[in-house]
Amino acid sequence: MRPFTYTRADDADGAVASVTADREAMFLAGGTNLVDHLKLGIAAPSTLVDVTGLTSDRITDVDGDDGQEGGLRIGAAVRNSDLAAHPRVRAEYPALAEALLQGASGQLRNMATTGGNLLQRTRCAYFQDRTTPCTKRSLDEPCSALGGWARYHAILGAAEDDEGLQRCIATHPSDMAVAMSMLDARVQVLGPEGERTIPIGEFYRLPGDDPTRDTVLRHGELITAVDLPPAPIATNSTYYKVRDRASYAFALVSVAAALEVDRTPDGPVVADVRLALGGVAHMPWRAHRAEEALRGRPATEENFRAAAEAELESARPVESPAGGNAFKIPLVAGTVTAALRRLAQDPSATDGVSGESA
Amino acid sequence: MKASITLTVDGRERSLTIDSRTTVLDALREHLDVTSVKKGCDHGQCGSCTVLLNGRRTLACLSLAVAHDGDEVVTADGLAPEGERHAMAQAFLDADAYQCGYCTPGQITSAVGMLGEVDNGHPSAAATDVAAPPRLDRAEIAERMSGNLCRCAAYANIVTAIENAHAAQDGALR
Ligand SMILES: Cc1cc2nc3c(=O)[nH]c(=O)nc-3n(C[C@H](O)[C@H](O)[C@H](O)COP(=O)(O)OP(=O)(O)OC[C@H]3O[C@@H](n4cnc5c(N)ncnc54)[C@H](O)[C@@H]3O)c2cc1C
Ligand code: FES
Ligand code: FES
Repeated sequence: MRPFTYTRADDADGAVASVTADREAMFLAGGTNLVDHLKLGIAAPSTLVDVTGLTSDRITDVDGDDGQEGGLRIGAAVRNSDLAAHPRVRAEYPALAEALLQGASGQLRNMATTGGNLLQRTRCAYFQDRTTPCTKRSLDEPCSALGGWARYHAILGAAEDDEGLQRCIATHPSDMAVAMSMLDARVQVLGPEGERTIPIGEFYRLPGDDPTRDTVLRHGELITAVDLPPAPIATNSTYYKVRDRASYAFALVSVAAALEVDRTPDGPVVADVRLALGGVAHMPWRAHRAEEALRGRPATEENFRAAAEAELESARPVESPAGGNAFKIPLVAGTVTAALRRLAQDPSATDGVSGESA
Repeated sequence: MKASITLTVDGRERSLTIDSRTTVLDALREHLDVTSVKKGCDHGQCGSCTVLLNGRRTLACLSLAVAHDGDEVVTADGLAPEGERHAMAQAFLDADAYQCGYCTPGQITSAVGMLGEVDNGHPSAAATDVAAPPRLDRAEIAERMSGNLCRCAAYANIVTAIENAHAAQDGALR
């Protein structure tokens, strides 16, 4: 591990200034991803600027317009466990609480912060193993996952070169970010030129011609908070995560879904829907096509599946002797369908599966 | 870079000068001779390095010691300051909840921290309704303890030990 200087700036402006001034400086939050990368030799900063005391560790109510219900502001240093335990998150944004609770372990959730979780890097085994080539670490190297072990890799939006060949199929590993994409979260950032707000839909980037960059953040920009806009639809939301073991594992695929149903005499109809997918792309994948396909349609299992399949039309699985990922296409369709089916259940009906009986 | 820090470890204030690269785990084991905390994977994947840091269970292997100057660390050893066995350790003994014992200090520390989280009303992924107050059954214990891996696979007895400890203390175990 390369020696580094550890500092704690007095304020956020100072932290931004010192990281901006040094190309090799990095922010440190809970350390659960960065300290691991120091050990693995895939991060070698000159200086670590500790930001856990510089950004808020509080969750505050945001005032709504004209007395309307407002959203929530989550300080960047809020721990994942505290965010999942917050009463308003549990009641009004259950998909977010569920996503957080299905991520990592109790110990890690006590350490991991909101800002750090958004910026955790891919768990691609080749990225994490410095002895194997990886385009995401260095643009001069080929992607080892193509033709290698691609089970956890992307099927949507992967990088392609001029000849249409894929370049990087790493997936973004955060569960929290998938739920936040579904909730249209807004990332508050402080940079050398002041503050800016980045809608989460514009925060992450596809690998394109530079797979080394995960987000649109510039060097030295500090996440100060994440805002959740009010979203009445989210009271009926959930997070489904499919993985190789029952707990403490990253997602093969995951789905954050929210659904609002009109109960008409002809049966339930989708009034509004929101869907985001994890484990399928370089970033949390907001399934706009599936949402479009569902709005105003009967809330039936067939329509849920057809909508997921519409989203997956552009999917490009990887064939690989060491383990391809074509299985993700039916897996995503099935998981979307299962999540929406649950959300479509009439809470007043007695034969529903949700909730506990008294 | 060298740094001088102070940690309160198992109730005793300890000052040390360390390289900034040192984790809390290595500071404890290599510099302060506190070996009740174990190094398993060293990458956050096994839970055997679990300590209570300012009262919350955390992984010592992914915590930089310099970032924890002034903090309070409790290891499995510190759970029994008077030399008397902690109720959780006794419950492990009674239920035969260990084989080689390597993961045991982390399991016990994690279980104590976990029951504190339950007391504070924190939900888990095993809940059918995240908004409801937690109820600690076997499925909940297994989910909440899933960050502690046991190579000997004495899982069933570990869950039983924690269940018994929780019941014996009427939910208020400390
Ligand atoms: C074994 C294991 C299993 C895991 N399982 C899951 C899982 O199932 N699901 C999941 O989602 N996650 C999982 N995680 C990942 C974990 O959630 C992340 O490591 C964690 O959320 C990162 O947060 P942190 O505060 O520790 O960030 P750090 O490690 O401190 O930092 C991560 C990155 O963010 C940058 N950074 C931190 N804060 C800021 C800020 N405010 N502004 C700008 N940059 C910042 C750092 O410079 C660094 O580049 C797992 C981790 C481990 C070790
Ligand atoms: S040694 Fe820390 S989790 Fe394995
Ligand atoms: S008892 Fe041997 S590792 Fe758990």
